[in-house]
Formats: sequence, structure tokens, C-alpha cells
Amino acid sequence: MFLLKKNISIILFIAVLMAAMSFINASEKSKLSIQFHHMVGSKLLKLDSVFYENELNQSFTISKFKYYIGNIQLKKKNGTSFNYNTYFLVNEEEELSKQIELNNIPDGEYNSIRFILGVDSSHNCSGIQTGALDPINAMFWAWNTGYIFLKLDGSSPASNSPKNIFEFHIGGYKQPNNCIREINLNFSNPLIISSTNKSTIHIKTDVIEIFKTPISIDLSKISSVTNHQYSTTIANNYADMFSLITDEK
Amino acid sequence: MKNKFTIVSIFTLAFCVFTAFINSENPYFIITKKDVELKIPKGFPKPIYKFKLNQPTPEGFILGRKLFYDPILSKDSSISCGSCHQRIAAFAHIDHTLSHGINGLIGNRNVPPIQNMIWQTNFMWDGGINHLDLQPIAPITNAIEMNENLKHVIQKLQCNNNYKILFNRAFYDTIITSEKMLKAISQFVGLMISANSRYDKFMRKEDTLSQQELNGLKLFRLHCAACHKEPLFTDNTFRNNGLLTDTSLKDFGRFAITGLEKDKMKFKVPSLRNIEMTYPYMHDGRFRNLKQVVNHYAKGIFLNETDELIRKINLSEKDQVDIISFLKTLTDKTFLYDIRFAEPL
Ligand code: HEC
Ligand code: HEC
Repeated sequence: MFLLKKNISIILFIAVLMAAMSFINASEKSKLSIQFHHMVGSKLLKLDSVFYENELNQSFTISKFKYYIGNIQLKKKNGTSFNYNTYFLVNEEEELSKQIELNNIPDGEYNSIRFILGVDSSHNCSGIQTGALDPINAMFWAWNTGYIFLKLDGSSPASNSPKNIFEFHIGGYKQPNNCIREINLNFSNPLIISSTNKSTIHIKTDVIEIFKTPISIDLSKISSVTNHQYSTTIANNYADMFSLITDEK
Repeated sequence: MKNKFTIVSIFTLAFCVFTAFINSENPYFIITKKDVELKIPKGFPKPIYKFKLNQPTPEGFILGRKLFYDPILSKDSSISCGSCHQRIAAFAHIDHTLSHGINGLIGNRNVPPIQNMIWQTNFMWDGGINHLDLQPIAPITNAIEMNENLKHVIQKLQCNNNYKILFNRAFYDTIITSEKMLKAISQFVGLMISANSRYDKFMRKEDTLSQQELNGLKLFRLHCAACHKEPLFTDNTFRNNGLLTDTSLKDFGRFAITGLEKDKMKFKVPSLRNIEMTYPYMHDGRFRNLKQVVNHYAKGIFLNETDELIRKINLSEKDQVDIISFLKTLTDKTFLYDIRFAEPL
């Protein structure tokens, strides 16, 4: 009995030592920022003031643009990957929200980044969440539980809704209306993460893609999308709105 | 003169200390650790709601109760959860067909009772809400119920010193968040458990039922229990019990949530506990009394292709009366008069 106790203390001691060592190892983990650049085609996105055009030459302005990013995964050359389990709400109105900071990324060379636009089913089904997913952020449907993954509001003379507005509030984590889209972006040159240089990935988020490919959105017919009808159409469109900006300045 | 002044000040001071004492130490009446213990009633299944992740404490429960009865959660401080959910009606709204909200606006559904929520998988008549903690966000933000926004509610609570104290007691933190607010409400609402009706006592062999009630129970098990499954009196599914759609409300129930044609006119099978107290009946309160309900099952069912379990039920006049007498054994006075759930004064 006494021996057992002694053994346990030795094991405990080693465990503490190992924990302490892994803590020291943490110095080999570094930071990464991801900067989102909101564009509409070749123009910078500016809320309310600038007119843009879709493929059908319908002009429109944008008053709100925000979306959830989550389940970020960075893939190394050797096939291993690193998962970052935090959600971010990127909001055009809040400059800071467009630059997200990831901490404790293991140093190394990475080939690609993967993330989802949306909120996965487990976070939609396990009750009240905090942080970016706090329902006070008003990206949440109360009467039909679930997060709104993306909000794009604006107005267009082509729209037949009251005051010519259009509203795309896209969400839904259940089949057949699942609007979560996985985004995969490959780096042309490996991304090197080390404590000696600060790494930033620049991603272009092109709003015009929400209006096209594969389906061209006619604002005179589709101006209010909240659930079920057309939500997956818009989701298929936004699946390709992200791209890497390679030539960094 | 000076003396009088001192006496008055001493009295005022004593009064202040006294009220401060009432306010801070024992806001209403005492809730003990035992009062917030979850006891699973005999024969009940394992709860769906995980109290492990939101362990009820007397302080959390008191906070939840205060929030439940406080109109601060509504935009113009006129309506609380308790305005629509009344204790004497097992937290349904007695004698109201459709709910009444802010500015006298009328909602489109009948207020259901709140009882045994921790065994429920989905909430609301259409089951649109998938977790008890998230349920209060719906009435708080609904334009014709409390018409508030969540961010503003949290700000209002944060500005209120009394709430700062209560949140600090419950969660050891004066910073108020939606998570803490909702979890406190769940502690209060989740402990609303009804399991001590005459039916329950009969099942536990502590009481007997009359011949008429027993016959009613037999008929109930034959014709009704497939959907209204004992001991919760619901099987947590969505079904069409043969009601014709109300043409003015155009409420298609579950269809609004799933968008699937097969879910048109399906509603959550409601529990029948305390049914005597929760009139009127059905999602739109169309039936005033149990006689009309049972008569619907016997004669008024609108047969359609949507639910295999529903068929015209052959019930004589006497059978109908017997079923109703059985339904009344589901009234649980212990729950209806439970002082823990009363509005604090
Ligand atoms: C204006 C009246 C009104 C107010 C205020 C109100 N409710 Fe309700 N409550 C209802 C109605 C009506 C329903 C059914 C809604 C539906 O099916 O769409 C309901 C449903 C519920 C349910 C689900 C019951 C079930 O069986 O699924 C719970 C739990 C509940 N309310 C709790 C609350 C809480 C907590 C508050 C305060 C934050 C509150 N309610 C405020 C009218 C109200
Ligand atoms: C096919 C499943 C099914 C069967 C069988 C069934 N019910 Fe129901 N019952 C429901 C559903 C669903 C509702 C809610 C319908 C609505 O509001 O639209 C309901 C509602 C009720 C209500 C009103 C509850 C309330 O809170 O408003 C009563 C009372 C009731 N049933 C009693 C009975 C009795 C008695 C029988 C047997 C004679 C029976 N039910 C058989 C599915 C069923």
C-alpha cells in the first residue's frame, strides 16, 4: 500500500514535469493573422455609398455584410494538420473583426488552409454558446434554432421588396438545407510560421460571387432569402467567394 | 425637537438596514439546497436536459425566478414570462385562446404549460427550438411578445445593482452575459416537475382510482397513449391529430421549421399533465373544454393522409365522460401550489 502511494507520487511528479516541459515547448508556437479584404469584384466594399452591379446589370448598394468563419485547419507539407477550434464573426462594419489572430500555431511549413463558412451542427445543437457565437450578436434565429451564417443586406432599384431592399440571411445546418460550406485554399509558396517572422494570410472575400456562379441572382425575383427556399442556392454561390491574395506588400 | 429628529433618523436608518437586509440576504423566501435537488420521479426516463452542465443552486434558482417574473425582459417593462405563464395553470395561460403580448398585441398560438421540460427534446408547438437554454430568446425577441433585443436586455441587467448582486451570488461574477441569464432561467424552469398527481400516486400504489377513472385509463391506453405516452403523456414527436387548418391563422406547425410537405399540420404531441387547468386546448386554443376535445377525437377528426396513428375513435357518450374523469386525475396539486415557483413579492 505504502509502495503504491510512493509510486503514485513518482508518477505525479513525472506528469508535472512533463506538463512543465510542454509549457516550455510552447515557445515553439507562434502567431498567425488572417486578414480578410472585402471586395465587390475589383472594387473595395464600401457600405451604403457605392453602387455595384451584378451579372444582369442590376445595380445595388450594400448596407451590411457579416459572416462566421470556423473550424480552421492548417495543413503541413508532411500531411499533419493543426486545428483551431474557435469561431470568428467577420463584420464589414468592424475593422478589427476583419483581422483574426490565431495563437499557439506550431512552427513549420504549411501548404494549405481550410475553414468553414458557417457554424457546424454540434454548435447549433448544444445550447447556449459564448464568444463570437453569443446570440447577442444577432446572428441567430430564435424561433427555429440555428445560427445565421452570413448576412448580406442592401438595396437595389431592381428589388421588388418594400423600400427596394434585399436581404440574404443564410443559415441551416440540416440536410437538405445545409448551408455550411467548406473552403480550401492552397498557398502557392509554403507559409512559414516561426517566432522570428510574423505571418499574415491575406484573403479576398468577393461579395460579387454571392450573386453568381453557379446561379446568377436576379434581384427582381430573389430579394429576400431567410430560410429553406434559395438558401442553398446562395450558399453554393458563396462557396467560391474566398481567394488568397498572394503578392503581399 | 432635536430628540424627535434623532428618533426619526434612527427609525429611518433601522428601516434602511432592515430593507437592505431583506433585499440582500433573503430576497423572498428561503430556497435551500434541498429545494433545488433534482429527484427523478419513479418511472420517469433519464432527462434530456443536462443539469450536470448547469448545476442548480439556490442562488441560481432565485435569480432564475426573479428573471422569470421580471418585466425588465420586455421592451417597455410591461410583460414578464409570468404574465403569459401562470402558476395556477401549470404555467399555461388560463382561459386565453391566443397569447397576449406587448402593447396588447395578440400572438398566433395558445400558451402551453411549462412542466417536465427537462424530458422534452424540442420546444414550442412546432418544436422549432432544440435546447431549453435557448428557448427564452424566442419570447424576448419576438416582436409581439416582449419585443426586446438580447443585447439590450443584458445592458439593462448590467446597469441594475440588484441584478449585479444576484448574478454574482449565482455565478461568482458581476459581469452579466446571455449565457448566465439563460442558464439561471433554465435552473428555475427546469425544476418545474409535475409527478405527484392522483394518477402518479395510483401508479406508485399510494392511492386508488374510482371505477369510472379506471375505465377512463383503460380507454386512454387503448386510444390515446400511442401519442400521449405515459408517464410524460407525450412521445416527443410531431403529429397531425385531425384538426382542420384555421384559415385565418394559417399555422401549418412543423412545416414552418422543416419546409417538408409531410410535416404540414403536424404539431408537437403535448403532455396532458394538469390538463384540467390548461384550458383552452390545442395550438390555437380552439376547444374551450375537455368535452369538446374528446368529442373531436370521437366525431370531428378530419381524416387525411398525414398520420398513420390517427383514426376515428369509437367512443360512446359514457366512454367520453370516463376518459375526461381519468384526465382529471392528472391534476397535480403539489406542483400547482408549489411555493418555490410562486412570484416573489
Ligand atoms: C406573450 C406571451 C408569452 C411570454 C411573455 C412568454 N411566453 Fe413562453 N410561450 C408562449 C407561447 C404562445 C408559447 C408557444 C409558442 C409556440 O409554440 O410558438 C410559449 C412556449 C414556451 C415554452 C415551451 C413550452 C413547450 O412545451 O414547448 C417555454 C419553456 C416558455 N414558453 C418559457 C417562457 C419563458 C422562460 C419566458 C420569459 C423569458 C416566456 N416563456 C415568455 C407565450 C409567452
Ligand atoms: C396521433 C396522435 C394522437 C392521438 C392518438 C391522440 N392525440 Fe391528443 N393530441 C395530439 C396532438 C398532435 C395534439 C396537439 C394538436 C394541436 O394543437 O394542433 C393533441 C392535443 C390533445 C389535447 C390538448 C392538449 C393541450 O394542451 O391543448 C388533449 C386534451 C388531447 N390531445 C387528448 C387526447 C385524448 C383524450 C386522446 C384519445 C382519445 C388523444 N388525445 C389521442 C396527438 C394525438
